Amino acid sequence: MPQKKINPTRTPMPEQPAKERIRNFNEVTHGYSEEMAVNEAIRCLQCARPTCIQGCPVNIDIPRFLAHVANQEFQDAIDVIKKTNCLPAITGRVCPQENQCEGVCVLAKKYEPVAIGRVERFVADWEAEHGKPAAVNPAKPSGKKAAVIGAGPAGLTAAADLAKKGHQVTVFEALHKAGGVLSYGIPDFRLPTDVVRREVDYVTSLGVEIKKDFVVGMAATIDELLEEYDAIFIGTGAGLPWFLGLPGENLGGVYSANEYLTRSNLMKAYLFPKYDTPIAIGERVITIGGGNTAMDAARTALRLGARDSIIVYRRSKAEMPARAEEVEHAGQEGVQFHFLTSPVAYHGQKGRVQSLECIKNELGEPDASGRRRPVPVEGSNFQIEADVIIVAIGQSPSPIIAKTTQIDTGKGGILLVDKETMKTSKKGVFAGGDIITGGATVILAMGQAKIAAAAMDEYLRTGIWEKAEEADTESA
Amino acid sequence: MYRIIHKEILSESVKLFIVEAPVVARKARAGQFVIVRNDEYGERIPLTIADYDSEAGTITLIFQEVGKSTMQMGTFEVGDSYENIAGPLGHATEIENYGKVVMVGGGVGIAPIFPITRALKQAGNQVISIIGARSKELLFWEGRMQEYSDELIVCTDDGSAGRKALVTEPLKEVLEANRDAAKVWAIGPAIMMKFTCLTTKPFNVPTIVSLNTVMVDGTGMCGGCRVAMEGGARFVCVDGPEFDGHIVDWDILLERMSFYRSEEQLATKQWLDHQCKLDKAAEAAE
Repeated sequence: MPQKKINPTRTPMPEQPAKERIRNFNEVTHGYSEEMAVNEAIRCLQCARPTCIQGCPVNIDIPRFLAHVANQEFQDAIDVIKKTNCLPAITGRVCPQENQCEGVCVLAKKYEPVAIGRVERFVADWEAEHGKPAAVNPAKPSGKKAAVIGAGPAGLTAAADLAKKGHQVTVFEALHKAGGVLSYGIPDFRLPTDVVRREVDYVTSLGVEIKKDFVVGMAATIDELLEEYDAIFIGTGAGLPWFLGLPGENLGGVYSANEYLTRSNLMKAYLFPKYDTPIAIGERVITIGGGNTAMDAARTALRLGARDSIIVYRRSKAEMPARAEEVEHAGQEGVQFHFLTSPVAYHGQKGRVQSLECIKNELGEPDASGRRRPVPVEGSNFQIEADVIIVAIGQSPSPIIAKTTQIDTGKGGILLVDKETMKTSKKGVFAGGDIITGGATVILAMGQAKIAAAAMDEYLRTGIWEKAEEADTESA
Repeated sequence: MYRIIHKEILSESVKLFIVEAPVVARKARAGQFVIVRNDEYGERIPLTIADYDSEAGTITLIFQEVGKSTMQMGTFEVGDSYENIAGPLGHATEIENYGKVVMVGGGVGIAPIFPITRALKQAGNQVISIIGARSKELLFWEGRMQEYSDELIVCTDDGSAGRKALVTEPLKEVLEANRDAAKVWAIGPAIMMKFTCLTTKPFNVPTIVSLNTVMVDGTGMCGGCRVAMEGGARFVCVDGPEFDGHIVDWDILLERMSFYRSEEQLATKQWLDHQCKLDKAAEAAE
């Protein structure tokens, strides 16, 4: 590449003004124009030894797709991405790029890194609008049948990869809509329903069948499915919400983030009574937690009509696990942050919550996660008034499958797998996504699903399953 | 789609559907439930599986019209379909020969108590059943309950059928006369189950209740159905729906069940207004 002058700053993302967007559920960011995408893509140095590809859990050939965008070859760009990522419109929006591709971008040493996620999103959206219909390259039918449990990011990725290899794939989804956390969890203002539908349609266009309303473990066990299918991928996610176990937690108005977000996103409670599902519209809403889910809940509360939306987080801002952009957006929208604050009890009357009693923390020594441990300051208790309180402190895998079949599980009910192949302890059964991690990101789930799909393809073709004793059953 | 192939009006506000749901019917057992959704705007509603025919691929659903969603459901006719039915969900009733059992069904709770009664009778139990409702118009299935009960007591609040009593009155007498009763099942409105448990407590007879709380997904994902009980909160959808009624915190349960009352009233009013307009339009057209 000839020497060029690099723009030190990224092309800004056009977005709805904060004051406007807190009154609607439309997407916050508008996405790049062609011109913006090209301007951003030419910032890429086209490194001879690119670090960004390793930074990507699904190893997208990032410099190559950026080079195509720089040359305005958008179709070629999307073709490069889709080789390894079947859901780019989603990952372009929800990946924590600052910890992945953009975090290791060479430019980041001196300037702002290339906004890879934003360009990825542009290319995916460009394809939806202008691209040729998804090329379904009909692989020779293998004659093998694979079942995928859960139509979330992991399941959809595994299903797409297996279908591309010529296997007949059926996805079993417990809910009435495909998408998993993309449908029930992540709000429309961050990931529009249409984008999820588009990506699900792409997967079904590959010949994948999605059976909804089918709760595996109840309607059929894994063992029963194994009688009909040659291999199974379990991608049922981490659906079991954690509560704090504090006094007053069962008062009305105290929600798990899963319930609050599911009501609003999946059930469209923000359009009640046009849609039948109600949701409590709080005047003052507290969200407990510091992750993406907590940001989503706190920002949903504002859009539902809360006057105040308050985040209570036990550590400090630096330790928050949420994506940087989400924290920034939440702040712009008026979400208030109480850092170094831990809940102690919920108080209320006549079955309805009225306040959250908290205690102040100081940061102590680093804990097992490497983050400094919050230590309560004795006697610092105080109350925050609230009529809705959302618990967004994490979740663990749904136990339904592990309870209904013989399969090895680890801490918190995760399924144990061999990390090289995503094989579980049960012959013919693979797993990936939050069911093996207990809760991570969309893109990590997709990366694991890709590994699993490759190993499944090999197993389906050869029928060889190494002995479970030899498998490394360390958790991921 | 989940097509309705049979409809019966059991009482003033209680209706029965037989619905095509082969996936559910294949695995259903007494005590389990399904989540249904009327249409694309619908909420997810838990309904007990009142009966099932695995060969025909059908399940029987019984519901009481109490608000918008169930009123709308009541307008469904044979040939109409539910948008979604997922299940079977929850644990099945543990059926075995306990000896002597007492079954208590109140109002629409008579529907779910029936398949359990039948299964317990078929397992060799001696069965004493008590069914009750506010009035004669709300009673149903006396014949079916009679068929699988050694003794059946019918009562109504207003005395329009059977004894004029709440179910707890005959229950107390039955327990006094049958000190050997091994177990009681009680299904009905939460307030009825609460007082049934208070009645059985002094007799120290294990009392199983089937809870029908607010739910969203029905698979353990939302926690909206959680119920406070001794030993901590439990999820009705995956830990239940049957629980030892003596350890349930009924007051918290009742409060949680009324949390959306104002929203329910609003939705019901809108629905009734809408139906009223439809009726008028139909009249005008005639």
